[in-house]
Amino acid sequence: MAIATATLRDLYEQMLLIRVFETAAEREYKAAQIGGYCHLSSGQEAATVGATHALDAEDLLVTGYRCHGFALARGVSPEAVMAELFGRSGGCAHGRGGSMHLLDVDVGYYGGWGIVAGQLPIATGLALALVRQGREQCVLCELGDGAVNMGAWHESLNLAAVWKLPVVFLVMNNEYGMGTSVERASAVTDLHRRAGAYGLPAERVDGNDLIAVAQAASTLLSGARSNRQAAVLELVTYRYRGHSVADPGLAYRTSEEIAEHQHNDPITRTRALLSEAGVSDEQFDAMDTEVDERVAAAIAWSIASPPPPVSELARGMYAPGSAAQFARMLAGAPFGERELVFAGGLGE
Amino acid sequence: MNPTKTAPRGAAEGVANAGDSEVMTYRDALRLALREELQRDEHVFIMGEEVGVFEGAYKVTAGLLGEFGAERVRDTPISEEGFVGAGIGAAMLGERPVVEIMTINFLLVAMDQVVNHAAKIGAMFGGEVRCPLVIRTPNGAGNQLTAQHSQSFEGWFAGTPGLKVLAPASPADAKGLLKSAIRDNDPVLLVENLAIYKERGEVPLDPEFLTPIGLANVARVGSDITLVAHSYATVRALHVAEKLARDHGVDAEVVDLRSLRPLDVDTVAASVTKTSRAVCIEEGWPTYGVTAEVAARIQKACFDDLDAPVERVGMAEVPLPYAKQLETAALPGEDRIEAAVLATLGLRG
Repeated sequence: MAIATATLRDLYEQMLLIRVFETAAEREYKAAQIGGYCHLSSGQEAATVGATHALDAEDLLVTGYRCHGFALARGVSPEAVMAELFGRSGGCAHGRGGSMHLLDVDVGYYGGWGIVAGQLPIATGLALALVRQGREQCVLCELGDGAVNMGAWHESLNLAAVWKLPVVFLVMNNEYGMGTSVERASAVTDLHRRAGAYGLPAERVDGNDLIAVAQAASTLLSGARSNRQAAVLELVTYRYRGHSVADPGLAYRTSEEIAEHQHNDPITRTRALLSEAGVSDEQFDAMDTEVDERVAAAIAWSIASPPPPVSELARGMYAPGSAAQFARMLAGAPFGERELVFAGGLGE
Repeated sequence: MNPTKTAPRGAAEGVANAGDSEVMTYRDALRLALREELQRDEHVFIMGEEVGVFEGAYKVTAGLLGEFGAERVRDTPISEEGFVGAGIGAAMLGERPVVEIMTINFLLVAMDQVVNHAAKIGAMFGGEVRCPLVIRTPNGAGNQLTAQHSQSFEGWFAGTPGLKVLAPASPADAKGLLKSAIRDNDPVLLVENLAIYKERGEVPLDPEFLTPIGLANVARVGSDITLVAHSYATVRALHVAEKLARDHGVDAEVVDLRSLRPLDVDTVAASVTKTSRAVCIEEGWPTYGVTAEVAARIQKACFDDLDAPVERVGMAEVPLPYAKQLETAALPGEDRIEAAVLATLGLRG
């Protein structure tokens, strides 16, 4: 798959946006504007952007919790993502989800999920719904290298194979599941070979090679769309930061190891391709400036977005119409329950 | 809708005339509900182990594969975490999956999908996406099925915000609540019971007959004491109430909860305010159980009306043994319920 220079330049800008966004998120976390867990994806930009680029507009995306980059690449605005990290009303989940639970169903993004491998059966079910509804789209389901040792991985690949479901499982192999290396965790470290147990096609690709990622993802997603052929795509990459912002990331690896991987930086590699294609330093500078401004604007917008009111504590928990079902549950309720949960109009 | 004003108090009261109903088993009532909903809405489909070719481990889905085909009555591998999660994903895209789990004991291997995923979707994503999933599964004991196959975990799920949990005790409510669950836009766990499947009762044939979610039923009107129960414990309580009337002149009121989350405390409290005494009964272990929650609500809502401590009866707190006499001793049998009622009335110590 040849990628036109204009497209490559657009993908490069997405990668740049993710890197600058993640750097800003870490800074804001340390400034206590962002709380909870905050998993950064710096170093994984080519894998994230290349795979997401291979999706059609109507395809669906599901990810684990290291999801800021995927949300941005899929087209969720930096404002909606940053405001979610800030816990504000303007966030894509209205401040209810935070860093791990981004989503935007309008762009087919069905969630960042926080339990390792828990999103795999759900992605399988989304694919089942596509088939039932006669839609010729597919699902891309991202997971980490640690997720392949969960039972949900086995159950999902098996179901996807026996039911012929259009879902591609993207294993983001960044070499560590939290602080445990793939070698210490998996009996077979060539993770894509696991697909053979289910008769599924699989590919293992250099996840820092944007074009190789996009090509492999495009091939497997096409097979899912046209033949309902589930598949596994293993992208070998590396995360520069710790497991989360709270992890310095040095207890289980050395700074030399990290530095070595930074020589293989996906953004630098993609920039080299664009340079060869004639993009000038001035144009790169302009892109840097634009991305910096977009992230700064997202932060300013997030600060201005109001925190969700306590009166809406139960927002979304139940579907509209549920308040009548719960109306007879108030008597004898625990202290404060009536005011906190019910007064705001549960499910209305 | 205000269920207190418009909903039928007894399930059968929703029927226009007697010709519209038929006596059938709880099992057949569930199947009728499934068939009607499969006919009504093409998004409804059934998924579970042995629901198709085998016709259901407890025959609830018998005949539906032939009528609706393998796409809508979908046999699964033994893979609860996988297919419960698949139900969640399908529901998020607008399908109406009805997932059968062979017994509630096996739902534990899908606990993460139910509690950590289905229950969280509405709130965690800020109301941006919904999960209209139904899981049906029987609880219960009594056939020497032993420790791993004789449990009643509905209280665990009823304690989880984001889920709705229903537990019908009559054939009419089995139909009416299953239909309400399928039409509801939230994840609903419908708890059936192994012993009730063969119970018979009048069931409305109207395909629009629905039992409202969140409304308990006064299954027997009485004045001396309130028995609060759900699922098969309601059947036991009704038998005990008749025996109490016959042998002791005690007029017991039986409140069948029907819905555990939402829980209709109003109906329970109104009954206890009238009788001043309550015994709560469940098939499962009472400690941290449904009866623990109901008793806590009663003591707060009816503090000034109570003439005796709220009593509870449930399964003895042991992993259920195999030997018949041990199993019988451990279950919340009618003798134990009767003794608890008499003690609460001060008629026997």
